[in-house]
Amino acid sequence: MLQFILKRLGLAVLVAFTVSFISFSLLFLSGDPAAALAGETASGEDIEAVRRLYGFDRPMLVQYAEWLTAALRGDFGESYYFRLPVSSLIAERLSVTMTLGVCGITFALLTAVPLGVVAAIRPNSLVDRIALFVSVAGQAMPSFWFGLILIVVFAIQLGWLPPSGTASWEHFIMPTIVLGYYAMPAIMRLTRAGMLDVLSSDYIRTARAKGANERRVLFRHALRNAIIPVVSLAAVQMGFMLGGSIVVESIFALHGAGYLAWESIARNDLPTVQALILIFSMFYIVFTFLADVLNAWLDPRMRTG
Amino acid sequence: MSEPLLDVRNLTLDIPTGSGTLHAVRGIDFDLKRGETLCIVGESGSGKSLTSLALMGLLGKGIKRSADRMTFDGTELTTASTRRMRALRGDRMAMIFQEPMTSLNPAYTIGDQLVEALLLHRKVSRQAARARAVELLEKVGITAAESRLSQYPHQLSGGLRQRVMIAMALMCEPELIIADEPTTALDVTIQAQILRLLYDLGREMNMAMILITHDLGVVARVADKVAVMYAGELVETGPVGDIFNAPSHPYTRGLLRCIPLPGKTARGSQLGTIPGIVPSLVGEVEGCVFRTRCPHAVMECRGAIPKRQDGEHAFRCIFPDGKRHSEKELTA
Ligand SMILES: Nc1ncnc2c1ncn2[C@@H]1O[C@H](COP(=O)(O)OP(=O)(O)O)[C@@H](O)[C@H]1O
Ligand code: SF4
Ligand SMILES: [Mg+2]
Repeated sequence: MLQFILKRLGLAVLVAFTVSFISFSLLFLSGDPAAALAGETASGEDIEAVRRLYGFDRPMLVQYAEWLTAALRGDFGESYYFRLPVSSLIAERLSVTMTLGVCGITFALLTAVPLGVVAAIRPNSLVDRIALFVSVAGQAMPSFWFGLILIVVFAIQLGWLPPSGTASWEHFIMPTIVLGYYAMPAIMRLTRAGMLDVLSSDYIRTARAKGANERRVLFRHALRNAIIPVVSLAAVQMGFMLGGSIVVESIFALHGAGYLAWESIARNDLPTVQALILIFSMFYIVFTFLADVLNAWLDPRMRTG
Repeated sequence: MSEPLLDVRNLTLDIPTGSGTLHAVRGIDFDLKRGETLCIVGESGSGKSLTSLALMGLLGKGIKRSADRMTFDGTELTTASTRRMRALRGDRMAMIFQEPMTSLNPAYTIGDQLVEALLLHRKVSRQAARARAVELLEKVGITAAESRLSQYPHQLSGGLRQRVMIAMALMCEPELIIADEPTTALDVTIQAQILRLLYDLGREMNMAMILITHDLGVVARVADKVAVMYAGELVETGPVGDIFNAPSHPYTRGLLRCIPLPGKTARGSQLGTIPGIVPSLVGEVEGCVFRTRCPHAVMECRGAIPKRQDGEHAFRCIFPDGKRHSEKELTA
């Protein structure tokens, strides 16, 4: 197990370095950073002055090393647009995104797993068909469209929920549903397929032969095995959600990190974009690593294999 | 105790399929007293596994089971509630399956799986259950039994897993144990060992046993009774001596081929092979099912076939002796 974790950890660190280098080089790929910083009306001399001031004239690797060590200390430089430290700008936005991500994946798991289990117990039943419909609809319907429908119905027509903002927990209800619904279909299908597979296995018959009741057979014997890949999937999706909720954050005007990323790209605010890309990828890498570890922890065959 | 522990009359299993009803098991009768061993033999697909699953109440959804009578120690199993069946399963009747590699749950330790049945059926402490598990693991010949409890199935070989399965089935000291080809998936060298072990433990605990096997040598050694199954029917049943000394149904003779005797048949002797095609059991099944392969088949074999009974020995054939005597003359 330890060897397995160390291997995965090494891989994760390697990927993290690669990603950090790519996000750093964005600065140069998108044109001359000094020119961008100096502004459109700046003269050639002004641009050169800025270049020296910010150190853009030094070798790229040196700049990368400097940027990375600063980033590791939590210093991502200053936002071109806000003229504020990027780190403090992001910190506040990130808490909104994280709240949304945790709520979203929780909602997805709490709906998808029970639905998947029931669908597997009674394949082709009404519940199974409903589950299939819900999952197909969830995959076919764009998040922004679903979000807008919710706003129209629950905020505008019924007036039950606030349409946008982050002031209270009620503000998070609709975004959670939209984000969770995005992740739900895959989790549900994996749960259903896993349960169907496990329920027809020999060891389930063994459990029944021992006189175990249906509840014990389903949860202790079947779900315990079927849930293993689902947990990994959920961890990976969680990593996605922490960076990929731009659409949801925009519709509901949640000032989260995804929304900030979108704004910063529009404003050409490179240090902020760089920092966000780095953070989002780190989330993804960390959760993918976590998925592997959870998988190994839940599956004894991986632990000693 | 003359009342049989298990009494099965006219057990019939129908499986609905896309192309009609598959009459997988048709009207079979047998009974078993406490401590007796019944061996069921027959080619694959003859319905042996379905029959044992039907007894345990473990048939898959959609398979229709009916019987005039199917009692276990006086309890009618066909009408027993699921709760009643659960109380019997794993406690008073246990089963060992053909596939040791996949019959253990990969997510739990051997120990957890061993104690499960005992904890479900008896009021015992976990500690006492673990002690019983260790005792049984030692009985089935597993060394370092204590340390095995914390191992997972994938860490054990097939032979060890099947020993664990046997120990697991014995946890509650069942009165009836059904072993469905318990060694078919194992290495030939340990097959006899495991069967011997199972049989000895059965004797020790005075269990009734249904053993499904292809090994006629084993049948000759351990069986009190033999049931020969072909295409969903019991074509011949009887005390082991009668079956080996006077195999009456042509199919039984085909299996035995050289008519071995109890104690004389070599270990590992496999069933003989008989040329011909097994008929489809989908739709109406009429006449003798063996007629597509029987060397004695005549027109009358398409009609109703009488049951020939001589004490406990019974078979179905239009010929009163199943043409046993004419075959003897041929080979003599
Ligand atoms: N769940 C099922 N659905 C359809 N057919 C089945 C099912 N289980 C068994 N059968 C069929 O019933 C027959 C008897 O099977 P089985 O009892 O497993 O035979 P045996 O154990 O003697 O090899 C076979 O023809 C098999 O294909
Ligand atoms: S009834 Fe006819 S076909 Fe069937 S075993 Fe007897 S002789 Fe053969
Ligand atoms: Mg079988």
